[in-house]
Amino acid sequence: MSNSKVPKQIDRRYIYLILLVGIIVPLLVPLGFVSEVSDLSKQVYDLVESTPESSVVMISFDYEPSTATELQPMSKSIIEHAWRKNQRIVVLALWPQGVQMAEMAFADVLKKFPGKQYGKDYVNLGYKTGGMVTIQAMGRNLREVFPNDYKGTPLDNLELMTGVKNFNQVGYMMSMSSGDPGLKQYVMAAHDIFKAKVSGGTTAVSAPGFIPYVNDQKQLYGLLGGLKGAAEYEAMIGVKGTATSGMDAQSVAHMIIIIFIILGNIRAYKIRHLKQ
Amino acid sequence: MKRFVPLLITFIVGIIVLSSEFIPHKPFSSVNEGLENWFLIISGFAIILGQLSLIKVNSMKVADKAENWKFYLAGLIAFAVMLLCGILWGTQDAKGLLGNGDLIIAILGKKPFEYLFSNIYQHLSATMFALLAFFIASAAYRAFIVRSFESTLLMIAAVLVMLGRTSIGTSFTAWLPQQWKFLHLPNIADFIMNYPNNAAQRAIMISAALGIVGSSLRILLGIERSYLGGSD
Repeated sequence: MSNSKVPKQIDRRYIYLILLVGIIVPLLVPLGFVSEVSDLSKQVYDLVESTPESSVVMISFDYEPSTATELQPMSKSIIEHAWRKNQRIVVLALWPQGVQMAEMAFADVLKKFPGKQYGKDYVNLGYKTGGMVTIQAMGRNLREVFPNDYKGTPLDNLELMTGVKNFNQVGYMMSMSSGDPGLKQYVMAAHDIFKAKVSGGTTAVSAPGFIPYVNDQKQLYGLLGGLKGAAEYEAMIGVKGTATSGMDAQSVAHMIIIIFIILGNIRAYKIRHLKQ
Repeated sequence: MKRFVPLLITFIVGIIVLSSEFIPHKPFSSVNEGLENWFLIISGFAIILGQLSLIKVNSMKVADKAENWKFYLAGLIAFAVMLLCGILWGTQDAKGLLGNGDLIIAILGKKPFEYLFSNIYQHLSATMFALLAFFIASAAYRAFIVRSFESTLLMIAAVLVMLGRTSIGTSFTAWLPQQWKFLHLPNIADFIMNYPNNAAQRAIMISAALGIVGSSLRILLGIERSYLGGSD
């Protein structure tokens, strides 16, 4: 078999360039594709929707900026949905940078809800190390783990925290999670030990590992998986955010990858054919 | 003695924590709560230990002029700048040693720590993660090749899930009549995720759990001692 007949591999630089163009163009010129809402995302929406008004709910920001593209739109959508239902939000973070991510998410959503006040409508408890043990300890006595909020204000001085002692007073718990500690630990500790209602979102790459927890025992009330989950949630609450526009870019990127897979197989087939 | 005492502590603490799961009453439950608090305190110190280790390891690389020592130096400088910004002008609502840095806020619009976080760290971090997409595209072209029955299955499943999870893919089969909706790409993707994926994930989880039980027992009984830092 002569080497000249063997189809050449596409230079990876061309692959990168084509992918770059494929991602940038839909971001600049949205294509307007519509995402179908999956059952997993609908379950998360239903959990927020069915939780009574003025309930205290908990959102754990268990991620850092690297995964913010996928998880930050989810967080903002959940906050907006919860506030539309007049639910009061307690925020914490099992990841150090989660505190900043929460601050940024609330700063964005507060523009739509200028009347919402810190201490009354939302509280940020800050970051705590310890992962699953922290969740277990919170389930027994929240104040033992978080005696103050992230500003150093004692929880007893915050109107929202009145009567909130442990998970029994929390409507649901959401973990926006990009790894450990995160959603898995909330399932194992908050749900399995304290029977709290747990839901959340993860990066697309981690989502398949969480699907077994969405079961008849309701270990997880649905799951938002990656940018698609975030876009679905935006669609359900009628918001066109960064996830919706990002889905166009992701869709084109996926199509490009599929085309390259086909090209790779054509090349492999030709090589096999030449060898024979 | 140096090894016996840690092994004894591990055994006793392990047995208490394990027992409290099956006997959730005093004294086990209260001792377990105390141990949890200890764990949280020790975890806090672990962060400081990690930072000290980071400084030590990187400083040694720089001092020894190890390969790529300039990157280690850059890491150290970044660490020091963020640390100083946090200590001097505080983070978020917390004041630093020099107060809030109102003059800097007037120029930058934010506290120095917040400014660096949202304008540098956030974008660098997101960029690193986003680069994965390019590597995946290149790797998919090279790796997703039909070579055997298993690799064909893997490729077909991957393509179907990718199509089912995109808005474009959804539009390909949106025209299907109701009785053929099971062939709608998102439905096929859901099927793959909910049944074959779920079954495999559960098998992995159960296997991993059994592995954890085994290795935990080895640690409790002192058979596994590598966490002590030695080879024996």
